[in-house]
Amino acid sequence: MANRLHRLGRSEAANGLVLVSPPAIFAVLLLAAPLGLLFLYSFLTDGYLTILWEFTFQNYRDAWSDPLVRTVMLRSLGVSMMVTAITVLLAFPVAYFVSFHVRPDRKSLWLFLITIPFWTSYLIRVFLWKVILGYNGVLNSGLLGLGLIDEPLTFILYNVNAVVITLAHAYAPFAILPIFVALEKIDRSLLEAGRDLGESDLMTFWRVTLPLSMSGVVAAVLIVFIPTIGDYVTPQLVGGPEGRMVANIIHLQYLRLDNYPAGSAIAVSAMVMVTAISLLFLFLNRRFLRGRK
Amino acid sequence: MTAARWFKMYALGYLVFLYAPILLLPIFAFNDGTIIAFPLQGFTTKWFSQMFGNATLALAVKNSLIIAVSSAVLATCLGVFAARAATRYTFPGKGGIIGLIMLPLVLPEIIVAVSLLGVLLGLGVSLGIWTVILGHVLICTPYAIAILNSAFQSLDRSLEEAAYDLGESRLSTFRLIILPLVAPGIVSSLLISFTISLDEFIIAFFLAGTEPTLPVYIFSQFRFPQAVPAIMALGTILVLLSIMLLAIAEYFRRRGIAKSGGKDTGGFL
Amino acid sequence: MKRPIIELENVQKYYGDYHALRGITTTIGEGEFFSLLGPSGCGKTTLLRTIAGFEDPSSGVLKIDGKDMDGVPANVRPTNMVFQSYAIFPHLTVEENVGFGLRRDPRSAADKARAVQEHLEMVGLKGYGKRAAHALSGGQRQRVALARALILKPKVLLLDEPLSALDKKMREQMQVELIRLQRQVGITFILVTHDQEEALVMSDRIAVMFEGQIAQLDDPETLYRLPKSRQVADFIGTMNFLPAQVLSETPDGFEVEVAGLGRAALTARQAPGRPTGDVAVGFRPETLTILYEGQQAADRESPGIVEEVVYYGDMTYYDVKLDGVAAPVRLSMRNVFGRPVLDRGTRTRVAWAPGALVLFR
Repeated sequence: MANRLHRLGRSEAANGLVLVSPPAIFAVLLLAAPLGLLFLYSFLTDGYLTILWEFTFQNYRDAWSDPLVRTVMLRSLGVSMMVTAITVLLAFPVAYFVSFHVRPDRKSLWLFLITIPFWTSYLIRVFLWKVILGYNGVLNSGLLGLGLIDEPLTFILYNVNAVVITLAHAYAPFAILPIFVALEKIDRSLLEAGRDLGESDLMTFWRVTLPLSMSGVVAAVLIVFIPTIGDYVTPQLVGGPEGRMVANIIHLQYLRLDNYPAGSAIAVSAMVMVTAISLLFLFLNRRFLRGRK
Repeated sequence: MTAARWFKMYALGYLVFLYAPILLLPIFAFNDGTIIAFPLQGFTTKWFSQMFGNATLALAVKNSLIIAVSSAVLATCLGVFAARAATRYTFPGKGGIIGLIMLPLVLPEIIVAVSLLGVLLGLGVSLGIWTVILGHVLICTPYAIAILNSAFQSLDRSLEEAAYDLGESRLSTFRLIILPLVAPGIVSSLLISFTISLDEFIIAFFLAGTEPTLPVYIFSQFRFPQAVPAIMALGTILVLLSIMLLAIAEYFRRRGIAKSGGKDTGGFL
Repeated sequence: MKRPIIELENVQKYYGDYHALRGITTTIGEGEFFSLLGPSGCGKTTLLRTIAGFEDPSSGVLKIDGKDMDGVPANVRPTNMVFQSYAIFPHLTVEENVGFGLRRDPRSAADKARAVQEHLEMVGLKGYGKRAAHALSGGQRQRVALARALILKPKVLLLDEPLSALDKKMREQMQVELIRLQRQVGITFILVTHDQEEALVMSDRIAVMFEGQIAQLDDPETLYRLPKSRQVADFIGTMNFLPAQVLSETPDGFEVEVAGLGRAALTARQAPGRPTGDVAVGFRPETLTILYEGQQAADRESPGIVEEVVYYGDMTYYDVKLDGVAAPVRLSMRNVFGRPVLDRGTRTRVAWAPGALVLFR
């Protein structure tokens, strides 16, 4: 018996489970359970300052029939998709450059330089975009000074454009890193083989490099798309009234109106939409990759 | 001009785009004018001196430091457990469990914030520094795990077996061999978690109750145009501080990999 | 037979559905240099790690020095291991590595330091004590690993492919040193290797393993000259096979008809499996000799034609198609001074001896 216990104590699975349990329990209590509760709240009735245990779909009906909520929700999706597309497209050449054209001992430095802005004072960075894009901002005064425009541009602040630019800036490193990792994993002799077999550089990129880096691109898309939809600070600071996004209404429902069920229903709706689109994207991507093989 | 040159030009341009806002920060921090716009008004250091003696700011700094230090320590401890389990063992449900722990990496912070708020208020917990710490541990742990994973992964498993074979117990093996070898990763994880927590706004905004943290204070000041230049000064200091912490973190991360004889694959993630 | 130090009785190991060890029963003697030889995945490393205590056998009995090891963890077994990657602790110095296992030793610090110096000297690393471990070359790491294991005076030293990471020259040098070291300390060494030459050079006895079982356990010479199966024969060195038929069993052996060679009388020893009917006859390349003009075979000879010539400097390998056989046989000739290398297509005669043949199923 003692032997059996001894063996059990030493078994791989048991050791692993014991080790992982503190962070796992923490995540269950403070992440899984709260998310479950959020889901539950979205089906309950708001009793003004209390929550009534009456099951209802009314919150969802309200959320989706309210033109304001609907507009903001669709806008958030549109902004997220646009930010994702811009970020990933702009990031790919940078990741490609660092992976293929930077000396190996310099790669860490480049990655470090790329990641630094991401970690530093998000709030102030967003605020500074306001300074850059504003009526008397850096961009306008620069363009005026160069004589390229006669009066300040106004379509770049307090609207969706400003939100897209600012978010694209904030999530840039998130897009670069996964693509870089995928590019690094590509065996360089494959590219030589491609060229050796008579393909041009461009065709080698198209037929070898791009398909092999697709996993990184997919990761980049998801890691940018999912969090951006819930961004609060950027629309709040540079979005103006017509740049509001879903996080701003969730905040409104929760902290201003104290309507948890309504806020939860909006949050759940947003998450369901994001998940559905992400899954659709993954599915289409898989089809695309299989189609090429 | 070769393709490589074009790529380099593009990458440098991209870096300028990345750094543009940060580079503006010191310009306005030393600008003698309350409006944050061009043209500049002249040189001053008064925005820096204004910060000292600001009681609310001092309280916010104090709160933020308590929160950041606690979150960094707790997240790193949890990270050590998870990273060790993930790199060394196979167990049922591994993918799901690790996936759940890593989920905050992609989950919008507002979702984390409101779901936690719902539970805490439902339980009747009063909001304050501790509730912010709980939230911050949740979002820092995935980053800690990412860093520690690379530290644990570059660890040759036969090193542990060798120590065990030479008569040490599992616990003393961990203390004598594993811990010293992953120590740089732990330092790096502490610093990164500290930086993330110090900078985090949404969760603190929802969960801090009436206690101000640094980002919450900064956000509140944006409403008052006359307060903004002082925020630029504060921001300058914060950015310098973060860059310093990150540089130290990067140094330790690389040293850790070199120490255990691994190969640097670059980057925090 | 020497006093047994390790006794294995029907040791089985499963990893889920995978049957890694299929009933290992054997005894390893005190002071023996014992090798486990086999291709990757044959279970040799699993067996070594089972002896070390890193793996628990699924069933069966393992005794070390007469004591049952069931439930005895690796850190208290009287065995120590030299790892394939050497597992030198990179954050410690050479001295700290060698003295690592002495932490719980009750001896005084001075005594321990002396033991460390002695063992460094023993492996030829005198004066290297203060060096950082990560600054050592492969061969030096190997020596540190040996000193670190031997300082604990184990009853058995386990070596997991210790030479596979070294280049050819270094490997040959370390082979000689390991033999010297083993004689000096006099304890049992168990070596895991996939390199048949290494096993032949170093071992007192070799266990050849395939698919979780010991296919043959013998001293190097017997193993090489009289392999029990075609699988073992193929794995150790090169062996030619020719189809043959058993014509009759004589009082002291067999009468066989071999394609290309003709009739031959074999002793019972040459047919370990006692096969009958359609069989195969095997022989090593060096047991055949090309006969030049005017030379006579000491025993028997067969005519053939040179099909391929491979020149190695000190040796030349010939593939010769014997008359009446479709596949060529390989033979090796030392390039002694004045002996010409034959061209492809040359007609020749090949000398052979019935005593060098082995009969297989």
